Amino acid sequence: MYRYDEFDHDFVQGRVAEFGDQVQRRLSGEITEDQFRPLRLMNGVYLQLHAYMLRIAVPYGTLNGKQLRMLGHIARKYDKGYGHFTTRQNIQFNWPALSDIPAILADLASVEMHAIQTSGNCIRNVTADHFAGAAADEVADPRPYAEILRQWSSVHPEFSFLPRKFKIAVTGAERDRAAIQTHDIGLHLKKNAAGELGFAVYVGGGQGRTPMVARKIRDFLPEADLLSYCTAILRVYNLYGRRDNKYKARIKILVHETGVEEITRQVEAEWQELKDAELKLPEADIRAIEAYFAPPALAGRPDGDAAVKVARLDSKGFSDWLDQNVVTHRHPDYAAVTISLKGIGEVPGDATDSQMEAVADIAEKYAFDELRVSHEQNLILPHVARADLKAVYDALVDIGLATANSNLISDIISCPGLDYCALATARSIPIAQEISRRFASLERQREIGELKLKISGCINACGHHHVGHIGILGVEKKGSELYQVTLGGSADENTSVGEIIGRGFSSEEITDAIEQIVDTYLGLRLNPQEKFIDAYRRVGPAPFKEALYAGEAKAA
Amino acid sequence: MKILTANRLSDGIAVWYADGGWAETVEHADLAHDKAAEDRLEAIGAKAHANNEVVDVNLIDAEVVDGIVEPVRLREKIRAAGPTIRNDLGKQASKAA
Repeated sequence: MYRYDEFDHDFVQGRVAEFGDQVQRRLSGEITEDQFRPLRLMNGVYLQLHAYMLRIAVPYGTLNGKQLRMLGHIARKYDKGYGHFTTRQNIQFNWPALSDIPAILADLASVEMHAIQTSGNCIRNVTADHFAGAAADEVADPRPYAEILRQWSSVHPEFSFLPRKFKIAVTGAERDRAAIQTHDIGLHLKKNAAGELGFAVYVGGGQGRTPMVARKIRDFLPEADLLSYCTAILRVYNLYGRRDNKYKARIKILVHETGVEEITRQVEAEWQELKDAELKLPEADIRAIEAYFAPPALAGRPDGDAAVKVARLDSKGFSDWLDQNVVTHRHPDYAAVTISLKGIGEVPGDATDSQMEAVADIAEKYAFDELRVSHEQNLILPHVARADLKAVYDALVDIGLATANSNLISDIISCPGLDYCALATARSIPIAQEISRRFASLERQREIGELKLKISGCINACGHHHVGHIGILGVEKKGSELYQVTLGGSADENTSVGEIIGRGFSSEEITDAIEQIVDTYLGLRLNPQEKFIDAYRRVGPAPFKEALYAGEAKAA
Repeated sequence: MKILTANRLSDGIAVWYADGGWAETVEHADLAHDKAAEDRLEAIGAKAHANNEVVDVNLIDAEVVDGIVEPVRLREKIRAAGPTIRNDLGKQASKAA
């Protein structure tokens, strides 16, 4: 993985010292809250319902054992023994004292981590496919480009005060696991006919109160032009993006209001001015960054198949976990493992200090010291020898992280909601927990098959409800929580925004409603291979509306 | 009825104005029964904000239940108790102990 060079170290240390000084001046009253607020936000410090919240960047979701162990240490020493992994592949701590944050940032800097640009109207953490570097279906590892974008966008003077926040995601595979079409810029790394690497460029995706699927504005951008082209997009956005209305300030609105042809024309015109200047990436520089992401030396482990076969017979739990949470690796003797942070009835994305430390140990022992945070709020071990899978499984069982539910209905994305968040209008975690408990049976979940259920506790859509096969949005209505259901969303290479199915449900009704939707799907699918999303796309909302609301129409 | 709430500057912990100071729990918060009392609380909040004691100062709706002050809105109930999903955290934790 990427290692800080001298410049990176100096930069992060410099920021720790600077923010430490700002915190001191705030605590002593030298600066006011109005002066301090933008400074703390630039360093990932929010104020939530109960306390401050610190959001720490995990660049493109990649971290090593030492870093995860440090996160566990921070959870124990400065927080309340746990952290929350987010849909932006980051981690949040919910209870840090402001006076402790400089010490936390110093601890983070000691393992090459920070909280810079995890808030504010700047370019945020660049996200990537969590199986990058391991996936059998990718043309190349997208993370070197994410790192190049990180270096370019860190305290970029021109792009630190954009009309609104700006999110970039990169995938290296046809099958999009990074939800690139829901980002301000989505980059799909691919090869052209000549075998050269480049990107399909998508612009203007986003969720929030106005969900939009990104539009492709270029089918192939040579890799050398990555920064000049992104600069052109950002310049057009910075110039024409709306600053008069916060709710219309994202680039998705600009793309929508201007039209994709005109935006493309503007970006291409700007790019013509930039493309052959200093932003052109020298081949040697790209390869130098790429070298940091060189995969570990994966020795042949042909004993894996036999070991897995025996272990399967031995343990049904292992066999289920293997089928659900282990995916094909580009090396036949290896596999990529999803560590579910969605135990039945647990808080999606939460991990305790000791779980973090134990997972760090597992990564060091069995997974070449590599870990990922997925945008679906799970942890990933990208390279595990198949021969070691049983040992990894056993170690995960010991810490309660062996739930075999990856991509099933209980693998729920959920924002913190009103239990923590100052912006939330309703709780989302208790709803996730109740649905998870209702569908606790793994047999039943597997019978249902792939189903992505996503919950947000307000219209800002941090819980990605718009792109859930089943989406749930919590709102406040007449002082009570009300849950609105959307169906048919998805965040893959066929991204779509879900449609609101009808009137919302109370917190007492919502789990029954979800069960009714699932049962309706089971009753109408052509065969067990037809996934929920495919069935929904075939039949549309009518049978689901009928199942949910027909009784009401008759009663009325 | 209104009460005055904020978060303490140094650690961000939710606090309520009670008996001439900032209390860590809501139950004995000073109640404002009329506009004049609300103005008084607001002035106290503004001063504490200016003195860098607290941030995010708000007057919120409250009621008295069994002699105990309780916020009306769910959001404020959760601030006053802690996350509904973790009874071991927030103000409710010390009560349980």
